[in-house]
Formats: sequence, C-alpha cells, structure tokens
Amino acid sequence: MNATATVPVNREAVRRDPGPRRVIGGAAAWARRAPLLPALVFLVVVTQLPFVGTLVISLLHWNALDPTDRGWVGLSNYATVFTDDNLRAAVLNTIVLTVVVVLVSLVLGLAFALLLDRSFFGRPFVRTLLITPFLIVPVASALLWKHALLNPVYGLFNGVITWIWHLFGSAHPPQPDWVTTMPKLSVEASLIWQWTPFMMLILLAGLQSKPIEPVEAARVDGASAWQIFRYLTFPHLRRYMELAALLGSIYIVQNFDAVFTITGGSLGTANLPYVIYETFYQAHDYGVASASGVVVVIGSIVIATFALRVVLSLFRDEVIR
Amino acid sequence: MANRQRPLKTRPTVLALSAMGLAAALAAAGCAGAGGSSGGSGGTSINVLMVNNPQMVDLQRLTAANFTKQTGITVNFTVLPENDVRDKISQDFSSQAGQYDVATISNYEVPFYAKNGWLTPLDSSIAADPGFDQADILKPIAEGLTGSDGHVYAEPFYGESSFLMYRKDVLAAKGITMPAKPTWQQVADIAGQVDNAQPGMRGICLRGQPGWGENIAALTTVVNTFGGTWFTKDWQAQVDSPAFTEATNFYVNLVRQHGEAGAPQAGFTECLNDLEQGKVAMWYDATSAAGSLEGSDSPVAGKIGYVSAPVVQTTNSGWLYSWAFAVQKASTKSAAAWKFISWASGKQYEQLVGQQLGWARVPAGKRASTYQNPDYQKAAGPFYAQTEQAIASADPINPGTQPRPTVGVQFVDIPEFTDLGTQVSQDISAAIAGQESVSDALRKGQQLAETVAKKYQKS
Amino acid sequence: MSARTALPKWARSHPLWGVLAWVVGLLFVVPVLWMVLTSLHSESDAGTNPPSLGAPLTLNGYREFFGAGTGVSPLPPLINSLSASIGSTILVLLLAVPAAYALSIRPVRKWTDVMFFFLSTKMLPIVAGLLPIYLIAKQIHMLDNVYLLVVLYTSMNLPIAVWMMRSFLAEIPVELVEAAAIDGASLPMVLRRVIMPIALPGIAATSLICFIFSWNEMLFARVLTSVVAQTAPVFLTGFVTSQGLFLAKVCAAATVISLPVLVAGFAAQDKLVQGLSLGAVK
Repeated sequence: MNATATVPVNREAVRRDPGPRRVIGGAAAWARRAPLLPALVFLVVVTQLPFVGTLVISLLHWNALDPTDRGWVGLSNYATVFTDDNLRAAVLNTIVLTVVVVLVSLVLGLAFALLLDRSFFGRPFVRTLLITPFLIVPVASALLWKHALLNPVYGLFNGVITWIWHLFGSAHPPQPDWVTTMPKLSVEASLIWQWTPFMMLILLAGLQSKPIEPVEAARVDGASAWQIFRYLTFPHLRRYMELAALLGSIYIVQNFDAVFTITGGSLGTANLPYVIYETFYQAHDYGVASASGVVVVIGSIVIATFALRVVLSLFRDEVIR
Repeated sequence: MANRQRPLKTRPTVLALSAMGLAAALAAAGCAGAGGSSGGSGGTSINVLMVNNPQMVDLQRLTAANFTKQTGITVNFTVLPENDVRDKISQDFSSQAGQYDVATISNYEVPFYAKNGWLTPLDSSIAADPGFDQADILKPIAEGLTGSDGHVYAEPFYGESSFLMYRKDVLAAKGITMPAKPTWQQVADIAGQVDNAQPGMRGICLRGQPGWGENIAALTTVVNTFGGTWFTKDWQAQVDSPAFTEATNFYVNLVRQHGEAGAPQAGFTECLNDLEQGKVAMWYDATSAAGSLEGSDSPVAGKIGYVSAPVVQTTNSGWLYSWAFAVQKASTKSAAAWKFISWASGKQYEQLVGQQLGWARVPAGKRASTYQNPDYQKAAGPFYAQTEQAIASADPINPGTQPRPTVGVQFVDIPEFTDLGTQVSQDISAAIAGQESVSDALRKGQQLAETVAKKYQKS
Repeated sequence: MSARTALPKWARSHPLWGVLAWVVGLLFVVPVLWMVLTSLHSESDAGTNPPSLGAPLTLNGYREFFGAGTGVSPLPPLINSLSASIGSTILVLLLAVPAAYALSIRPVRKWTDVMFFFLSTKMLPIVAGLLPIYLIAKQIHMLDNVYLLVVLYTSMNLPIAVWMMRSFLAEIPVELVEAAAIDGASLPMVLRRVIMPIALPGIAATSLICFIFSWNEMLFARVLTSVVAQTAPVFLTGFVTSQGLFLAKVCAAATVISLPVLVAGFAAQDKLVQGLSLGAVK
C-alpha cells in the first residue's frame, strides 16, 4: 500500500530518471531487480564462464597437435599476439570491413526506405522484395555470391557481360575474376546486399513514425523536397540511423561466414574472427588464439564505451521527449 | 507490493502458449536431436565423418542397402567439404571427444595422429580378417598409413598420385606429340603452342587456389623435381633457395602466360570444369580426375591422353595421397568400426560399385587386384596403367634430389605444415594474380619455415 | 495510424516513383531469383556462360537435396534447426520480457550500466569462446545435443532481445498504466489490457529477429554438433564439393533451407515495421 500511495507523487521522476532524484531502498529495490535477475544470471553463466576459460587458456602454451608440450607461460601468448603481423592486418581489415559495410548499407537502406515511403501500386510487394536478401541464410548467401554470381567462368555477372557483349556483336567480352581482383569488395558486396534490408527496416520505421504535420506545414510554406528532407526528416531519423549503425556494427564485426566462404581468408581479407579461427583450427595453437580473443574483447569494450556515449544520448533524447 | 512487480510471464495464456510451443519443439527434437539413429532393433550404430568427394558420396549411397543389411550395423554419415572436415576431424581426434568412430584422414595425418595416440591400431583386426587381404594394398599406400611403430593405423579408401592429362585431338591437330616421359620445359612449350588452339582455350590448367593441399601440393611436386625442398635433413628451411625459387618462378610464369582464367582461385573443380568445357588443353592434377573425365556425361570422354607427371631432375614426380579410414582411440565401437572399414576398403565393395555404378567410379588407387581386374581394365582403359604406375613409383621417403627429414611427397609430414603451407599458398596465389612478386612470397615463406624448423632442430 | 491515412494528394500514388521502386526492388533481388532459377536447372546447364535462362527446368537439384543421390534425408537437420530456433526464441522471450520490464517500466537504478553489460557480452568473438564451450560441453556430455544449441542461441540473442523489448516497453505511456491502476485494475489486468496490445508487435518483432539469427547461426552448430544435432546450415555446406559440379544442388539446398526464414519474414514483415515504429500511441 505504501508504494501505491507514494508512487503517483513522484511517478514522473521514477519513470524517467530513477538515478539521482529518488533512492528506492530495500525490498522495493529488490522487487524491481527481480524480473531482471533470470536474464542476468543466465547471461553471466553462459558468457562469462567461457570468457574466464578463454582467459585461463590464454595464459597456457597449448598446441593441440602436441599433447606432450603443455605448460604455463604467463603473458607470452599476448606478446605473440601483439607482434603478429597477421593479427594487426586482421584488426585493420575488420575495422575497414565494418565501416564500409555499415556506411554503405545505411545509405542504401535510407534510399530504399525513402523510396518506400511514398505510396504506389504494389508497395507491399516491393517491400517484400527488398527485405528478401536479409532472410537468406548467410552461409547460403555467401555460397551464392562466390559460386553463382562472382565465379569468372560460370557466374552470373560474367555471364551477363558476355550476353551484353554478344548483343553488340563482340566475341571477346572481358571476364574479370571478381574475387581475385577485388577480394575485399566481393566480401563487402555480399554483406552489404544482406544487411541493407535490415537498415532499411529500421529507417522505414523511423520514417513512418515521423510526425506529418510539420511536413505539411512546411509544404504549405513552399519548402522544397530537399529542404524538407534536410531539416525535418533527417534530424528525426538520426536516432534510428545511430541505432541501425550500432546494431549492424555489432553483427558485422563478428562476421565469419562471408570471409571464410568467399575468399578463405586469403588475398588480404582475413578479419579477426577468421584469423582467430585459423589459429584454433589450423595452427591448433589454443593459447595464442585465446589470447587474441581476450585482446579483441578488451579492444571492443574500449571502443564500445566511446560508441555507447552516442547511444546514451539516444537514450537521453528519449527521456527528454 | 509483490503483486505490482509480478512480471509478464506469469500471465496464464502466455505461459500456456510457451509451454505448448516448447513441448512441440522438444517433441520434434526427440531426445537430443533429430538426426542419426542408434541402430534400430538390437543392432549397433557407428558415426563416420567423411570428406564429400564423389567416391565417398557413392559409399554413403550404397551403405544402407548393402553393409547395413548384411551386418545390421547402422552407419551415420556426416559429409563435409575438405577444409571443414579436416577442422572437424582434428578437433574431434585431438580432444578424443568420441563424436565420430571412424573418419577419413590421409597419409598426411596418420604418422602424427598415431604418435599422439589418437588412433586405434588395426593390426589385430587385420590378422583376424584374412578376407581383407592387407597384402593386396599397394606398397607406397600401405606404408603411408603405417605409424612409426610399425603398426597399421588406417586403411585406404582410395589413393591417388598426379599425372598430366591432355586433349589428344587438340595436340594432334597442331601436329604435336606428347613425349612418353615429358619434362616440365617440354610441357611449357606445348602449352605455348596450344594456347588458343580453339577459341577461348588456354594451354594448361594448374592449381592456383590457396590451401596446403591445393596449389602447394602441385607446386611442391614441381619443386621436388627441380631439385628443391622445404627442409633439409637437419631442418634447415630452404624456401628461398635457388632451386625452390626457380621452380616457383617456372610454375607461376607458366600459369600466368598459358594458364586458365581465374587461376588464383582455381582448384580441382575449376580445372575439371575447364578441361571438360574445352577451356584448357592440358591439366596437371590428381589421377582421380580421370574417372570423371571418362565418365558417361563428360563432353571430353575418349579424347584425353594421360602421361606421367612431368619431371626435370628426378625420374618421377607424382604425388602420393590416400584418403583412409581410421578409428578414433576413444571410440567404444571399434569392432563394428572395423567391420565397416573392412567392407568399404575391401574387394567386394569395389565389385559392388563396378556393377551398380560403373567401373570408372570404383575407388581405385589402393589395391593391386583392381588393376588386374579385366572389367576395370576395360572401363578405365585410357588411364589405369598410368595411374597404377604413378602410385607405385611414388617415393614419399625420397621424393626429390636430397634426403628429407620426414616423409611426404607433396607435403612435409609435420602438424605445422597445414598452417605453414596455407600461409605460403596465399602468397603464391597472390603471386599468380600478379599482386605480389614470387621472391617476396618465398621470402615470407622462408621466415615462416624457419620458425617452424626451430622447433624441430632442437629435438 | 490515423494521421497517416489522410495523406495529402502529393503523397499518394506517384506512378513514376512506383516504376523506379519496382525496378530497384527487382534488381536488388536478382541474386535470389537467379538462385531459384539455377536450382531448377540441371548441373551442366547451371554452369554455362552466358547464362542459359531458357534451359529446360528440372527438379533434379531438389531431388538430390531430398536424398535421391545419397539416401540421406534433409529432414533431421531441418527439424533440429527448427527446434533450436523455436526453443531458443521462447527461452529468450521468457527471459527478456521481464528483464526489459525491469529496465523500462519500473527501472532498476543503474539500468544504463545493465544495458551496457548486456551489449558487452556480444563483444567476445564467438570463435574465441568456442574452445572453452567445447571443453565444458564435452565434460558434461552435451556435445551433439540440440539443447546445448538452445542455450547458446539464447545467450547469443538475449542482449538484442532485451534491447528491443526495452525500447518497445519504454513507449508505453505511464499515464495509461496509472489511469488503469487508479481505475482499480490489478496488475494482470493492466498487463493484458494496456501493456500487451502495445507490446505485442514488439514481442513479435523480437521473436522474429531471434528466430532468424538462430536459424542462420553456423559456427556453434558446426563445431558442437555432429550426427544427431546437425542443423540445416551445416547440412548445406556438405553439398559444396571440391571435386564435382554442385551449383544446382547447392542452390536447391539454399532455397529450401532459407524458406522457413523467408516465410516467417514475409508473414511478419508488417509486425516488424509496425513494431519497429515504436508504437503509434503518442
């Protein structure tokens, strides 16, 4: 009964910003935490236990192919990680891959969302078409790109080039070897193709939640479409773009299937997950691979702390609204 | 107070729905999963992990109706592409998790898997199974599957070496005769002559695909016959030695000048496709390719000539490789596993394939009796003699012009070779693509090889 | 949505715009169309250059996928994928909805820190954590077990689910909840009448995302399962061979294996967009 009596008074404060203004003590605080605990405990057990395991293994010398040679080596695996050229290249590759894929698919997603924002004949069907790539199983999509599209001998792209050249009567069409000459672009293209619908959906949601009265008013005042976009639509979409970029980055940083399938990590496309996989399963050096994993976690947390400041402004906006 | 904080999940309908959904999911999943079977009425079952080469796929198809019917042992197969399957096998066998009773490993893994105690020795099973006829196995193949302690650890399913395949009609039209034992220079010259013999046709197809078992396999045989080696007998790395460099330059230049389109990514399948579609005139690769080339749906059946692997300083240079079945030490079903191996590697299975699927699809390259079988000789006429000769003449102990620290024709039989070979192969592939110079690639390879060699020099 | 239905004339049917949208849509989806077409060709027709659009159609690729060649049925992997995805989605919802409730409607004190912790669990590259998980699973005899996949997929999707549900629940106007409480409704009533209708699209959207990510997951499945619990994506990779033609087979397999996700996505895309638009009651 106490809670009911006091709650309406400070409802606003509690709802929007529970931190500094009101201290909820004792049993009430635990009652608030209770629904959170199952998820929290589950996640801690299932993710932190393996992480501790990875930490421990990173301090060992453990090569699976040599069962006799095992022992405690402290931080020397980390020394190997920091001096390994492959790993440094992989860090750079991961960053470049993530940034390119997220940016391009965000721009494309925005374009598609704007396209879908007007009504036209068959709009729901076109929307269905546009979200399809995201619904194809990623390893299937990677195989599709590698063998059915990009293959220089029997892939679709070169086939279309041949067909077009035939139309103009030429018998010597250029048949570029896409994966070999543009390995990074090939991997990026397949990822952009898959993730653009994801960005598009989030931005579409943003566009459809945009208040319409200001736009109408601006139209009446004679503003052009570009001005409406720049001063009304885009600021509203900013939050959604940040959210889409954040979520997309989280997944694309971890991407493994595309690199493994399309280039096998060769030709300079090896990203962090692939290099770690290679260290585990080909070099069988469990100690070094675990050390790489720990370094990646620490690095990502550092980066994420900065990135999430952006997101927290996302939260703050929501609160102020 | 507690009432207000009761979370959503206690809502009865949500709970009921969740429970039903979960029950449905679990029911569908059976106990731990829907796959596999534990042997039905009283029989046992074994788990077999195989690479998905055509011969293995045939085995998968024929097992239920033949082996399971005869013995009552159900076989659960998992087939995966080569890279994936190697990863899975090495993980399962190194941790002795016992997920698979039998796996297809090769003469590369057997020596050190056996040393690490991951495999069950098969000698007693062989002795108790005279019908298997171990003596019938071709000598180099059998030796490759014997551990350093003299015990047999695996039985071959099929073996291969390498040789040169060429379009007889295309060469004849240009008035070229292929010598009986060609040298690499002769082959390079012929490739130059038949380049563009037909529209869109290139001279030769050579592997460029990264992988220690891909371009490195082919390249290492060329290195061997040019007088080079990866390591000397006392573990000095020789990757940037003059002989190795000369061989690599030769290989890369030949591919760049007269090789197939898409060479840096071209592996066995791409070259097979190219030769069948008339996009190349020659192909240096595994002897097992001949079966597909002479198959009923091959456009070039009957047009291919076969000759031994080109040489320079040695008398032969073909590689030696066999996919073999080994039993994991942690397996609890080694008796049933041996029954399966005995059947799959046995003479009766070859008969079965010959009769049901055609003699060209028999998993050959392991038994001398296969090559004396008149049915097989008829079906494999164009290539059986060359294949047998290639395998029989392969010498994994002395494949080149100098003594070696360990066995292996197209590989160095140390566990580190997969990583070393793969890393070097990526630079070779880049060299073929023109993105890197051969000397840079070999310089990097030398550094990697020296790191590996340090470990063995100590011991 | 009432504000949206009375669109001014300029926002309604624009034929040229529609044409552009159709062209873009069709072009973007060409790889998928090509995949389906290739799956209906024979192997030798699938690999021709220029592409043979008019080649005779055949169901051979699908027959091979359904086991004509090998005698191996794809149903067990499909069932395993289904149970792992559905099971983990249900478990995620059971855990995420209360957690989101505790982070939005009645937030705990340091809810931003909690959100950060949830997200940070996605920073460890799955590959690096694989080995300890493999060793632990081996010890407790859970290798090759669908339940293990359910647990791992749940942990994989929980952060995103909590995040999404939190933002959906945060949209629920407190005034409505309070008004219902003042009117004498108990919490279950409030939940059913006020919160659920608004949160349902959010739950649908979250379930869909979790289902998709679970179905598509391959790394855990490849390493931790073997015979009994093999899932559909791993089964798909078995068709790629280095010695033989496989294009039609792989396209057929890819089509069938993507079908459940495609169907779920198409059926629920409205819920997805609606849910993502964070509710319309403002």
